[in-house]
Amino acid sequence: MSELTPKVDGIAEAKIDKTTGPWLDAWRNFRKSKIAVVGMAIVLFFILVAILAPWLAPEGINDQSHADRLQPPSSAHWLGTDDFGRDILSRIIYGARISLSVGFLSVVLSVIVGSMLGIVAGYYGRWVDTIISRVFDIMLAFPSILLAIAIVAVLGPSLQNALIAIAIINVPNFGRLIRSKVLSIKEEEYISAAKAIGMKDARILFSHILPNSMAPVIVQGTLAVATAILEAAALGFLGLGAEPPMPEWGKMLADSKDYLQSAPWTMIFPGLSIMLTVLGFNLMGDGLRDALDPKMKS
Amino acid sequence: MKKKRILSLSLVMLLGLSMILAACGSSEGGNSSSGKGSSILVFGRGGDSTSLDPSRVTEGETFKVTVNLFETLLNFGEEDTTIQPGLAEKWDTSDDGLTYTFHLREGVKFHDGTDFNADAVVKNFDRWANGDADKFPYYSSMFGGFKGDEEHVIDSVTAEDEKTVVIKLKRPQAPFLKNIAMSMFAIASPTAFEQGDDQFERNPVGTGPFKFVEWKANDTITIEKFDDYWQKGLPKLDKVVFKSIPDNSARLNALIKGEIDLADGINPADGEKIESNDDLQLIERPSMNVGYLGLTVTRPPFDKKEVRQALNYAIDKETIINSFFEGRANVAKNPMPPSISGYNDDIEAYEYNPEKAKELLAEAGLADGFEMELWAMPVPRPYMPDGKKVAEVIQSNLADIGVKAKIVSYEWATYLDKASKGEADAFMLGWTGDNGDADNFLYVLLDEDNIGSNNYTYFKNDEMHDLFIKAQTEVDEEKRNEYYRQAQEIIHDEAPWVPIAHSTPLLAAKKGLTGFKPHPTGSDMLMNVEVK
Amino acid sequence: MVGYVGRRLLQLIPVLLGMAFIVFMMIRAIPGNPAQVILGQQATPEAVAAMNEKLGLDKPWYSQFFNYLGGILKGDLGQSMRTRLPVADEIWPHLAATLELAIFAIIIAVVIGMNAGIISAWFQNSWFDYTAMILALVGVSMPIFWLGLLGQWGIAIELGWLPTSGREEVRDPVNAITHLYVIDTIIQGRFDQLGQVLRHLVLPGIALATIPMAIIARMTRSSMLEVMRSDYIRTARAKGQKMFWVVYKHALKNAIIPVLTVIGLQMGMLLGGAILTETIFAWPGIGRYIYEAINFRDYPVIQSGILVVAFIFVMINLVVDLLYGLIDARIKYD
Repeated sequence: MSELTPKVDGIAEAKIDKTTGPWLDAWRNFRKSKIAVVGMAIVLFFILVAILAPWLAPEGINDQSHADRLQPPSSAHWLGTDDFGRDILSRIIYGARISLSVGFLSVVLSVIVGSMLGIVAGYYGRWVDTIISRVFDIMLAFPSILLAIAIVAVLGPSLQNALIAIAIINVPNFGRLIRSKVLSIKEEEYISAAKAIGMKDARILFSHILPNSMAPVIVQGTLAVATAILEAAALGFLGLGAEPPMPEWGKMLADSKDYLQSAPWTMIFPGLSIMLTVLGFNLMGDGLRDALDPKMKS
Repeated sequence: MKKKRILSLSLVMLLGLSMILAACGSSEGGNSSSGKGSSILVFGRGGDSTSLDPSRVTEGETFKVTVNLFETLLNFGEEDTTIQPGLAEKWDTSDDGLTYTFHLREGVKFHDGTDFNADAVVKNFDRWANGDADKFPYYSSMFGGFKGDEEHVIDSVTAEDEKTVVIKLKRPQAPFLKNIAMSMFAIASPTAFEQGDDQFERNPVGTGPFKFVEWKANDTITIEKFDDYWQKGLPKLDKVVFKSIPDNSARLNALIKGEIDLADGINPADGEKIESNDDLQLIERPSMNVGYLGLTVTRPPFDKKEVRQALNYAIDKETIINSFFEGRANVAKNPMPPSISGYNDDIEAYEYNPEKAKELLAEAGLADGFEMELWAMPVPRPYMPDGKKVAEVIQSNLADIGVKAKIVSYEWATYLDKASKGEADAFMLGWTGDNGDADNFLYVLLDEDNIGSNNYTYFKNDEMHDLFIKAQTEVDEEKRNEYYRQAQEIIHDEAPWVPIAHSTPLLAAKKGLTGFKPHPTGSDMLMNVEVK
Repeated sequence: MVGYVGRRLLQLIPVLLGMAFIVFMMIRAIPGNPAQVILGQQATPEAVAAMNEKLGLDKPWYSQFFNYLGGILKGDLGQSMRTRLPVADEIWPHLAATLELAIFAIIIAVVIGMNAGIISAWFQNSWFDYTAMILALVGVSMPIFWLGLLGQWGIAIELGWLPTSGREEVRDPVNAITHLYVIDTIIQGRFDQLGQVLRHLVLPGIALATIPMAIIARMTRSSMLEVMRSDYIRTARAKGQKMFWVVYKHALKNAIIPVLTVIGLQMGMLLGGAILTETIFAWPGIGRYIYEAINFRDYPVIQSGILVVAFIFVMINLVVDLLYGLIDARIKYD
């Protein structure tokens, strides 16, 4: 029976949310979940690594030393060296910057574009809604990786274009989410009241509807960072991402897959880094979901 | 208590499921079920063929298969590009180099039972000559166009009698016999291709040692022994399966596991591992290629000879070859490999000398260096197994002389398109010879006539152009070679390229495979191969 | 119900049309000339021009587009520029290869994922629950091409349990009838070959199943938790029914809807998006087919390939929606 209690608490708190500090409550809820805290710790760890990269990394990202190529892990090179004789640990540390920024920025971009489209569609309804919703349908019916590949092929392969492609394929997810949120909020009394007193559309949107849609967006966004990092790695693996000598993790995997048997460390560590970071975001996203909106599923 | 029991019960169920899955696997046990008395060779390669009519494509994966289905009037040597008898036993050349008489072999039949004779040869040439550049792209590039075109070299192809074919040319063409030996000019059964070109390329019929069986797109092409083949006792194999495994490491894995017997496109990085494996052998394909860094001479600062020479001094080819060809390549100093007649060995290569490079840059007024784009090939090719990694070395070499290079890469189709429009400052590319003739390297890659197609550097030199044109019609081998030697001196001095390497493409096979002779053109004859 | 299906099908038309248009415009925005790519480095400019003309690429885009649409309406998917075969003929073997793999992966994902989810919910907070859920999270966090390569190395090479790549034992090829090899071998009574085909399915199947399996496990667990707390289950238990049956019959029936949704969505991912897995395991599937067509600028193949995949994806989701109604009588279509 004990498992029932937290649920009841959650509902109770959610009800008070509107009057007391909702974010504080959410934080209290979040803290209760050990797994979520672990996730956040992982994410913070990689963020720190990314920020402190120049101080943490023993070497630069492109210090080629062909005499030391493919050295196994040792005290000089904790994670070994790659086929240019570069220190893998240093490259992974700097790589955190790339993966994290691709993850964050692409999600921010798709949130911005998706929210705008979703709000417009949900708030104005009618043909605007129909058109935008159909466009989302079309985009969702594409196999997303093929769409990303095609976009990168059009724009030309580079990290920035990979980021844009990932942002584009995620737009409909956020667009739909916001649209449904807007639709449900629109019916609430305070919005009708605002309208009745002659509040401008833009003001209603920005002062009422947007803040009220934040919680699911944050949850969805955290999880989307995880997927975006994986998608960037897949594009990097296909040679459609970062330009050399950038140490993007997916590209590091692609560059080292020929050494899987002769020098497995070149391949195992970048893969583990991807997995850990993504895991961190997933754990954190899960925790956020439970904390921010106990009723929300998937 | 009860809860626990059910938990373990469910675990047992899960375990059972995985056992069933595993059992499905082990029921057949290993992959030793290969034989069944017949000898099969499984040849793993990177991509599928696009067609099985060799005259209609320009792409190597097709020729790998068709060279075993079809034969040409003349053959290349087993491991070189010397001219050897093929479907023609003997041939005579007139003194003016305009008339070639081919005496055909007796008792040869096509796979469909049609007799091979002079008439069949004429029909093949007629088919090509009446085509267009879209249909028979290679014919037009080797013989200057089609029937009625001004540049078309072939005047007439006639059957003198049952076994004699005479080909008359409008003007002498020095590499004519080499062209005839190229695998795209294979003689096909007229009965088969007269039923329609599109249906023929899926159901090829030739005189070769193997005949076509089945094609599973992007997966396998199967060919089997032709019982009425004119060389008795050949082929030794009953069946050959060409299997596409796009990923290099996956292909090697399949070889180690014994799922394939022979693998093309082996990574230089894996060479050592294969040599130390007791069950495998490493096979080196004779080199007939060049990998280079092209400098687009129309784009400043590469319009200055000194800058181009400076780059030649700046790049450490030895390191590139040691690290990314694993030493399995020779440093290039000319645009064509030494095995080709006319190669100028007297040319002194630009040595690796960053100081000298800086001096040259200073002479050109660029003492502080400059910024440029360095285009890196996105795909592996035999002449450049990993373009992006080589680009990274070049980038750091250039940084040493103060040149900031930004590595750019496009997807392959875009890359070639943009490079051919002269949009790259410096780009990596390469070439594998078609027929082992100097013309096929120097003229095709560096002459002004080929700007917009294969001369990506837009390099132009009148003196060199004259030499090339003279060489094309010069029948005297020695004089011709002299022209090419002179041309190479011009190219060396003008330095539109940084020639990097003549690589040795690698293959690997299981130990029991014998009789395999890799051909420099990349199309390997399999009739002498045996698998134990 | 019929009306609902009809309306859903009608809604499909603008989606597919819009899609055809977007794909059409997008691939033409990719720099690179198909004729040049198809003819290769060796081709002369004349050959390229001749081929452009023959492919109709010299015509204005709208006339190309309407030609293409006209063809589609007549059921003609066009002809591959590269291999000169009708796309309709080429597409099926590739689609079948991917379908077989995707179905296999979904089966693994559902069987293992659902069971793990149910057990986890049932024994909430047990060591099994924690392990399963952490594994599930690790599963969704894995770059699957990395997992695939490691699997190939570890399981196929080092342990030697399974073949490294491909669909069949090359020396004993399957006689393709439907191109779904599992079915082909069964109708031909070649059970020895069936074993081979299944063996080849396992590694790529597991690689592809990882993510859906993890998602399904998590979804099942959370919806089961909710269902199991409901009065209805409590009543069943109070009535003295065996716990095993209560869980598997009643609870499962209610928890299956979100799981079905996941299957519908994941099927779409598996269909066109398995490019990396298909490359690593040399699987001649539809993802790689379209990807290679992008590289070769084989416009008709890209256009029709994506359209076919999208169509199947949308249809699967329609079927999933209809299944909701069959499973849960409370859902009405109006």
